[in-house]
Amino acid sequence: MSGHHHDHDHDDVDAGPPLGDLQLRVRALESLLVDKGLVDPTALDTLIDTYETKVGPRNGARVVAKAWIDPKYRQRLLENASTAIAELGYIGRQGEDMVVLENTPKVHNMVVCTLCSCYPWPVLGLPPVWYKAAPYRSRAVIDPRGVLKEFGVTVPDDVEVRVWDSTAELRYLVLPERPAGTEGLREEQLAELVTRDAMIGTGKVEAPRPKAKR
Amino acid sequence: MNGVHDMGGMHGLGPVEPEPNEPVFHHDWERKVFALNLDEHWLYGLELLLVEKGLITVEEMRSKRPAGPAPDGLRVLRPDDVPRRLRAIRAARMDEDVPAKFKAGEGVVARNIHPMGHTRLPRYARGKRGVIDRDHGVFIYPDAHAAGLGKQPQHCYSVRFSAREVWGAEASSRDAIYIDLFEPYLDPA
Repeated sequence: MSGHHHDHDHDDVDAGPPLGDLQLRVRALESLLVDKGLVDPTALDTLIDTYETKVGPRNGARVVAKAWIDPKYRQRLLENASTAIAELGYIGRQGEDMVVLENTPKVHNMVVCTLCSCYPWPVLGLPPVWYKAAPYRSRAVIDPRGVLKEFGVTVPDDVEVRVWDSTAELRYLVLPERPAGTEGLREEQLAELVTRDAMIGTGKVEAPRPKAKR
Repeated sequence: MNGVHDMGGMHGLGPVEPEPNEPVFHHDWERKVFALNLDEHWLYGLELLLVEKGLITVEEMRSKRPAGPAPDGLRVLRPDDVPRRLRAIRAARMDEDVPAKFKAGEGVVARNIHPMGHTRLPRYARGKRGVIDRDHGVFIYPDAHAAGLGKQPQHCYSVRFSAREVWGAEASSRDAIYIDLFEPYLDPA
């Protein structure tokens, strides 16, 4: 163990003040800012709507599916991710400098931000709670294989796990491996298979199950 | 700063709790927290900043009612501006022609420093030896910028550290951690 030793638990280190208190403070601050004309409430609604309904992991999934179908696009994506992603129109805050990490049969990449919650918004939307929470941020670097197991991903011993700690301004997107048995699928069908977790590197993309079983 | 935000490698913080079909926001207050660009850690900081910048007064904060009009000359975000503002690039990358001290493949050691101010050098990397994986180019140096000392453009590198170098013999001999580190954090190995 590196760093400081504590003899008490820190389970609540990221919990902050009790929910009710925080909720009240947010509400009080919001109404004060609105009443004073510093914040336009309809602008807040537009912002919220953007990340609830428009920008999300479907964007990243389209990038991945295109890279699987189009080898030239895949190459552009690996060489200059920012411009290749911008070709599909996905640009903006927290996606200014993108890097794409390609998973292969020998390398599994996963992304964390141990210092805060850096995340590529234009391609993945807003980060899930677990990504911002202390357990993932503390353990992804010291026990990546253990964390992956909790996500249901077992990485064989002969595969290298690379953990990318996005401490600076670069934002990372994992290009997962295309699953076997998807050769006949179109780009849109492939995009449906790509999960958010697979693009963070805490999941794998699965081929669709045969329909007969049930 | 050696703060609790710097979590890499800490123990005792519990299990990761993935949530299937997680909604973007769980509660309505989370929507507001996001839209106001807050975070629970930052709420207190924001309240202080609003007072410091003269946008609201301590009295208004206490009474929760505006005591006077907003200062003149403010640009308030309007709904029509939202799409454009979200697509606006807030570039930390700089065009400055700063010579790079290191090249891909060269050995480096992360400095064992403990600055009181803002830094992006995580504690778990300090004093560890790694190899430059790639040079990302020149960026605003956040340590200086956060301290109000200007942009001080610096190269930012992805540095590969073997898991064993960082965590010792029990770690996998195959695995590695790649950390984005600014040039002033690094010495030649």
